[in-house]
Amino acid sequence: MAKWKPLDQMTYLGKGYARLDGPGKASGALKYTYDLKLPGMLYGALLSSPHPAATVRHIDASAALALPGVKAVLTDVHPTGTLRYAGEEVAAVAATSPEIAADALERIKVEYDVLPFVVDLETAMKPGAPRVYTEQSNVREPRVESEGDLSAAFAQADVIVEGTYRTQVQVHACLEVHGSVAKWEGDELIVWDSTQGVYASRDGIAKFLNIEQSKVRVICDYMGGGFGSKLQAGRYSAIAARLAKATGAPVKLMLSRPQDSMSAGNRPNLLAEIKAGATRAGKLIAFSAKTFGTAGIGNNARPALPLVYDVPNSRTEHYDVYTNAGAARAFRAPGCPQASFVMEQVMDELAEKLNLDPLDFRLKNDSNQTRQQQWKMAAERFGWSRRAPRPNASRGVIKRGMGLGAAVWWPGGRGTQAQMTILPDGGIEVRCGTQDIGTGTRTLVAAVAAEELGVPIASIKAMIGDTEYPYSGASGGSTTAPSVAPAIKNVAEKAKDKLTEVAAQHFGAAKSEVQLADGRAFVKGNARNALSWKQLCALLGTMPLVVHGEWVEGLSSAGVAGCQFAEVEVDTETGVITVLRMLAVQDCGLVLNRLTAESQVIGGVIQGISYALYEDRLMDPLTGVLINPTFENYKIVGALEMPKIEAIIYDQPERGVIGIGEPPTIPTSAAIANAVYHATGKRMRELPMTPDRVLAVLHS
Amino acid sequence: MFNFELVNPKTLESVPALLSRKWGETMLLAGGTDVLDMLKERLARPQRLINLKSIPGLSYIKAGDGLEIGALTTIAEIAENAEVRQNYAALAEAAGSIATPQLRNMGTLGGNLCQRPRCWYFRAKDLLCLKKGGELCFAVEGLNKYHCIFGGGPSFIVHPSDAAPALLALGARLDLLSGTGRRSLALSEFYQLPQDNLMRENVLGPNELISAVKVPAPAAGTKSTYLKFREKQSHDFAIVSVAAVLQMDGRICQQARLVLGGVAPIPWRVPAAEAELQGKTLTAAVLARAAEAATADAIPLSQNGYKVQLTRVMVRRALEKLVK
Repeated sequence: MAKWKPLDQMTYLGKGYARLDGPGKASGALKYTYDLKLPGMLYGALLSSPHPAATVRHIDASAALALPGVKAVLTDVHPTGTLRYAGEEVAAVAATSPEIAADALERIKVEYDVLPFVVDLETAMKPGAPRVYTEQSNVREPRVESEGDLSAAFAQADVIVEGTYRTQVQVHACLEVHGSVAKWEGDELIVWDSTQGVYASRDGIAKFLNIEQSKVRVICDYMGGGFGSKLQAGRYSAIAARLAKATGAPVKLMLSRPQDSMSAGNRPNLLAEIKAGATRAGKLIAFSAKTFGTAGIGNNARPALPLVYDVPNSRTEHYDVYTNAGAARAFRAPGCPQASFVMEQVMDELAEKLNLDPLDFRLKNDSNQTRQQQWKMAAERFGWSRRAPRPNASRGVIKRGMGLGAAVWWPGGRGTQAQMTILPDGGIEVRCGTQDIGTGTRTLVAAVAAEELGVPIASIKAMIGDTEYPYSGASGGSTTAPSVAPAIKNVAEKAKDKLTEVAAQHFGAAKSEVQLADGRAFVKGNARNALSWKQLCALLGTMPLVVHGEWVEGLSSAGVAGCQFAEVEVDTETGVITVLRMLAVQDCGLVLNRLTAESQVIGGVIQGISYALYEDRLMDPLTGVLINPTFENYKIVGALEMPKIEAIIYDQPERGVIGIGEPPTIPTSAAIANAVYHATGKRMRELPMTPDRVLAVLHS
Repeated sequence: MFNFELVNPKTLESVPALLSRKWGETMLLAGGTDVLDMLKERLARPQRLINLKSIPGLSYIKAGDGLEIGALTTIAEIAENAEVRQNYAALAEAAGSIATPQLRNMGTLGGNLCQRPRCWYFRAKDLLCLKKGGELCFAVEGLNKYHCIFGGGPSFIVHPSDAAPALLALGARLDLLSGTGRRSLALSEFYQLPQDNLMRENVLGPNELISAVKVPAPAAGTKSTYLKFREKQSHDFAIVSVAAVLQMDGRICQQARLVLGGVAPIPWRVPAAEAELQGKTLTAAVLARAAEAATADAIPLSQNGYKVQLTRVMVRRALEKLVK
């Protein structure tokens, strides 16, 4: 089985180094899909339904088509004409400027038959609520999972806690909205797409258009965030392609920010009724959850309960509930942040009833050996021992508290293929159909290749984000690094092997006698008489060396642990929670780039703070529309709210490469909520913990 | 974009004639931080836009016996001006609390005073709310956590300006110019409740504009501050704000002016709270009584009761800051 070199022999891996594309991104030189401007390009725009539930009776586009500058109008972009949320696409236009496109949308006359709607989870659950799908009830059949003997366990439990928890809908809020630029060359289509998966996007676009995959090329050079919402092709890509076909010109179609918030995915909300029991010995033995959540018109709002801790007897019963809102999509650790918010508070409540420190209670119920070490290391570093034993210990208006929570994630990687080309002038190209969604994948491709060949990272041309390159899967579920890194190492090993052969021929030595190290080739024991990299590659003559590689076993694994500690201040007169500091300890096996690994953890914590305190997608019960579709009232944490965040990567190089995207956002809201309880003695059972809610709980 | 004419006048005097007598047909463009949004969101569709930035001499801060600020002075310039910071702290602090550095660099004082409401129903393009000629203020039955607790009905907006409460507390007057000439108006006479003017928020006529803001010199012993509560510290409008101006004689308050922002359709002066302070030694108990009096008339909606508590706290904290 393949193996990585020991860490102490590595030049790049395990260390921190800057992204190759950092300066280009910071200076604006590198172009995102949003920035593209092709010669003759038209601007597409989508008409969104203003109604949360309606059927389209008739669309008259004649006035739009009559507008100078309008090149095409599509009135059949919705597959059925039955609209189930405000924001669904009804028609599309292409025009010579974005302004004319917007004018054209206003001139499309749509006759709607407006239907009753329901946008609120708990209203949708009531008997007699308007149905989102006429043929079935809003509350779907439950998914039930159980283990052990729950009633016996509750009978045996010395302490029992019960509670109802609610979390909100969070939108992905990618800084680059969803969208594509489509261009036909004959019957072949090129799509520049802001996507987390060029291959996944190609498959979807080919299906939407009913054309062969070989006719579609998808490119994503640089993209501005996905968080799970860009794992599949969007209907907008196919619409852009249709508009481009109809007009004979390239078409750019980016969603507006409101459209992005309404229709491009979200994290479902949660209503959870929880009961849990533990023994006096400090063992969690019983857990039951009845949960509801809405993924809008879509499915799978199930929380990952019970999360992290060992519980021998459990029962979960989950109901997806339809509402007239945009469908949920995968969102950074799907099902986990909401589950963690519930689970960690339940753990704290049990610990308090048992008179145990919350950390000690966790140590007794966490069988993960890595996390056992992480808990202790983090507690030491954070100063957990200085935590007041009782809640609400601060005197005065401003109260301080500490809390904690656990991180976890499962998927590993596989499947990636790669190609390496060594050019006769010494140039090195690596082609891989993965994509960099902002996590530093382009840099890691170059670093792994450079490490294996013993050349500087700057000498590698990392070519990614294109379906012309060998296959790699979509970047989601923390699978990219463990999929891509082994394939790059594998292809570099093969190139090295071939170059060793070339050198052996030159030296007239056996291949086993020749060594390639630090970018030089020599016969073992005679390093003074070495070929430089350039000299070696020149031996290729006119024919570049091209090798193919793929993911192999032994270089990556799956499953990580982590934990986070929070210290907060609560202003009990205003309800403002200020996060003072966060500490996150997280493992990811062999660290490929310490700088970007820490960045991922810090980013996860930031997104978690935002989820804990600010973000809330609000559907208006009166009109059925998304009432805060922009960042004015969809509030996202900003620079002035940033606490001190310390990210510690817990090294386990022997495990190989593991992803780190999801876990660091899981326990942040839970750690903050537990810290708020510790500060005030009042438990926040609803997210986000905004001042109005905090005041309501404090004064209850 | 729908077509409109952009006019670049060279003199202030020529502006009124360029403005229509009918609302909506023409609009003034200053910093553009609100107007451009209104245009892009199709909430306004003027036939003519009059660019005030083409007129020289409208951006200035003159300090002497009082303060005179040209209507096109940017918010950033006001926030950073040494004289304003020294003697009109409430105004400097209010200006500094507005939006973001980029917006403060663009936004102007005149524009800030005349900005339209941020109510999410008003700003939703597809919803025809009461203020846009519809039949319903959706906030009454809908989502109203950011709406008003004073002066509501039939619309329940809040006025979004931070500069306005500060200037009102400082006793500012406006220089106005219209087709019929110039007039000077106390800022306290400028804003109008929805019950008096549903479609606009102030008394400006359709062919009228603010040319300058004048603030009287503070009496000896005057201290002022502006305290703003927002859900997040970066880029957020006020949930509750308090402009407090106290004229002190030792520990005794000679005169007090308290104006609230973010809680009413207009900057909301609270005379009952002022009365609790005037002529008194400002002890903790007096401040608490004033804070209590500030919210005596509050009528919260279904989801904004927390603003009553916040108002009390912010009034008390603003006063404490001045008394300390």
